Amino acid sequence: MVSTPVSDGALPPSDTVLSAQRIAKSFNGVQVLFSVDFELRRGEIHALMGENGAGKSTLVKILSGFEQPSSGSILLDGKPVRLPPNGAAEALGIVVIHQEFNLAEHLTVTESLFLGREVTRHGLLDRKHMRAETRRVLDLLGCKISETAVIGALSVADKQMVEIAKAISRNARIVFMDEPTAVLSQSESAALFAQVRMLRDRGTSFVFVSHKLDEVIALSDRVTVLRDGQWIKTAPTSSLDGESIAQLMVGRELSSLYPQKTEPNVDEARVLTVTGLTTAHVRDAHFDLRRGEILGFSGMIGSGRTELMEAIAGLGPRSGEVRIGQALMPPGDVQATTAAGLAYMTKDRKHKGLLLGADMTANLTLQSLDQHGAWGYLSPKSMARALERARRRFDIRVRDARVQAGRMSGGNQQKLLLAKVMEVAPHVLIIDEPTRGIDVGTKQQIYHFIAALAREGCSIIVVSSEMPEIIGLCTRVVVMRAGRIVGVLEGDEISEQEIMRYSAGLKQKAVA
Amino acid sequence: MGTDVNQEVEVKSRWQEIDLRAVAPFVALALLLLLGALVNPNFIGLNNLANVATRSAFIALIAVGATFVISSGDLDLSVGSMVAFVASVMILFMNTNVIADPGMMIAAAMALALVMGALCGLANGLITTLGKIEPFIATLGTMGIYRGLTTWLSQGGAITLQSAEQQELYRPAYFGEVAGLPVPILVVLGVTSVAAFVLYRMRYGRHVVAVGSNPSVARYSGIKVDRVRTTAFVIQGVCVAIAVVLYVPRLGSTSATTGILWELQAITAVVIGGTALKGGSSRVWGTICGAFILELVGNIMLLSNFISEYLIGAIQGAIIIIAMLVQRSLVRRS
Repeated sequence: MVSTPVSDGALPPSDTVLSAQRIAKSFNGVQVLFSVDFELRRGEIHALMGENGAGKSTLVKILSGFEQPSSGSILLDGKPVRLPPNGAAEALGIVVIHQEFNLAEHLTVTESLFLGREVTRHGLLDRKHMRAETRRVLDLLGCKISETAVIGALSVADKQMVEIAKAISRNARIVFMDEPTAVLSQSESAALFAQVRMLRDRGTSFVFVSHKLDEVIALSDRVTVLRDGQWIKTAPTSSLDGESIAQLMVGRELSSLYPQKTEPNVDEARVLTVTGLTTAHVRDAHFDLRRGEILGFSGMIGSGRTELMEAIAGLGPRSGEVRIGQALMPPGDVQATTAAGLAYMTKDRKHKGLLLGADMTANLTLQSLDQHGAWGYLSPKSMARALERARRRFDIRVRDARVQAGRMSGGNQQKLLLAKVMEVAPHVLIIDEPTRGIDVGTKQQIYHFIAALAREGCSIIVVSSEMPEIIGLCTRVVVMRAGRIVGVLEGDEISEQEIMRYSAGLKQKAVA
Repeated sequence: MGTDVNQEVEVKSRWQEIDLRAVAPFVALALLLLLGALVNPNFIGLNNLANVATRSAFIALIAVGATFVISSGDLDLSVGSMVAFVASVMILFMNTNVIADPGMMIAAAMALALVMGALCGLANGLITTLGKIEPFIATLGTMGIYRGLTTWLSQGGAITLQSAEQQELYRPAYFGEVAGLPVPILVVLGVTSVAAFVLYRMRYGRHVVAVGSNPSVARYSGIKVDRVRTTAFVIQGVCVAIAVVLYVPRLGSTSATTGILWELQAITAVVIGGTALKGGSSRVWGTICGAFILELVGNIMLLSNFISEYLIGAIQGAIIIIAMLVQRSLVRRS
């Protein structure tokens, strides 16, 4: 590829294996990709970068046949193709290695490699042949795991290797890797990259989706950046550095979407103090929250924000201290933290937040049934009043109050969930992804609600993967990376670039 | 919002469907009554129907408890064995005559039965929740245990109430009438009313449905999921005990085969009644209707001559499958 003496614009057709032209995609009327171009050359590692929600995953799904584009065309070896769905594109040499592995835990390495295309002789499995072929591929990768090992017994890194071996054994020419190193240690990542480079030099093309800037710079040949579903730039990696990529990924202006920020007074009381909190993933978290403050928690998906918040709320096991006001909270006791005035609003409204088959009243009152009668009796009148209040306060717009929660729009569901959590009248509120999957109008309403709540003296933690949200709302931002708090930003320090530097691991500062 | 209009339309069709599901068992009951009347004019007589209802009382009572367990997303296979076990212990206790006054003796035995039922249910609940064992397996285990204990207590034979005085005094509990209605029917109506109040008007009922519908949502809402599930098993045990209290005076005897397959009849009644087997909905009046339908089908077969009454089991089996298919098709309409 290096020897090809042509500029970006005029490549010989043989050099481009897969290209996408003016790809657009919308789900339920929401457009997530706008006329995106993408081009993958033979024997290159092409990084696909962008913030959460920029459209990377959707583009990968379209290029691998898991989704069909709403418009635009895909060319394989210069010829227009319609990629077959559900992974059938493997037959064309296009393989996706998913973030969550698609390996059956009970099978052996050999069985996994040949799953669905077992080699038979006289109608019987030809185990010997399959084992030998598996060994050959593993040796090719320099991988030392046994071909008869059971998948469930392998380390995460080895499973990753098996996935790659599977791709090779299926003669993959184009491999998509979605955050392949999210679960790997540094040395495991290095070993993986060595294999990827080796395969690249043999002509395999890789599309590499990652949030880790340093990895992208070290590994990739070219970078394509997406932002808000739009193509922003494709350039050789050598012409970019971490700063410029971060700039390309964010670089958008904040609008009046966000309310006026109000800094809490420095002498306001500490309402929540977390000391040395440790869980399976979170390590030694320290922070505090003042009365009336809106504190942001930023970081990549999987950085441990949700686990930390759930542990604080008593929803998961932990060690370390959590104090609400002065009171020490027992670990794993939701009732105690709720009684102390802390409420946690989950980011997973469909699976952890709302009973989708139940109506609004049942959902609204589920967390606060004690308020609606004595001795376990529920007063229908009291609950109806609560629903009336909540619908007004949160502007939940449905015509029939008995509609099932699962049939409401995302925005209304989110408002209902917020209303449900607010029914316990918390003075410390943790909101995990306040605006996931909802329209801009509702977002704005929720932002203004949060700000108003803070002005009334409620203290709020906002966990969000959407940086503009964190910057627009919060007066102080904690950044997490790989289970640790790596930085606390205040005032003018709060910018997308600065947060990105911390969360991508380019910068770290000791936290008091 | 632009989507409001669409929502409105969806809402209406959904309500029609929900109504259908709640009404379906009662429609089926009406059709059966019509069929019965055509088959044999004696069928529709009040005497015959009261008899059928009285005979369905045991399954109905057990199925009320099963409605709680199933709504919370669990299953109890041990109820048939539990009937035999609790009844055996109750009769053996009465035969000891530790209390001279027969009336007091019967009252004490009833109390003992209720406590035994609650404890058996508690055991099921704790094994399922603390032991984190699938309720199907946990109660399959206790089903064997309660049955085995009964066989051992009866030494493979029957356990019979010995005191004629006690029998005479206790008889009205099953055979008696109050205001023209047989006692078992009144007990079923009373127990179901209480169950309906708990399920629809009390906090615990909300918790049961929430846990059965989505345990994660329940947990994130601060509900003690394991406690709710265990309590449902205890309620099931108490319902079984109430059935036993009515069952003992009927024959004054139990054996190792008492209550065999009752668990399946109870589950069938619950499902016919419109409660979803996967949890998250409860229709306790539907359950009663389901238990009545099961008994009614047997009665119609006895009174008619076209199907052998030996096929009752097969017909009841077919009914549960049809009930599920009807439920499914009503769900699909959405």
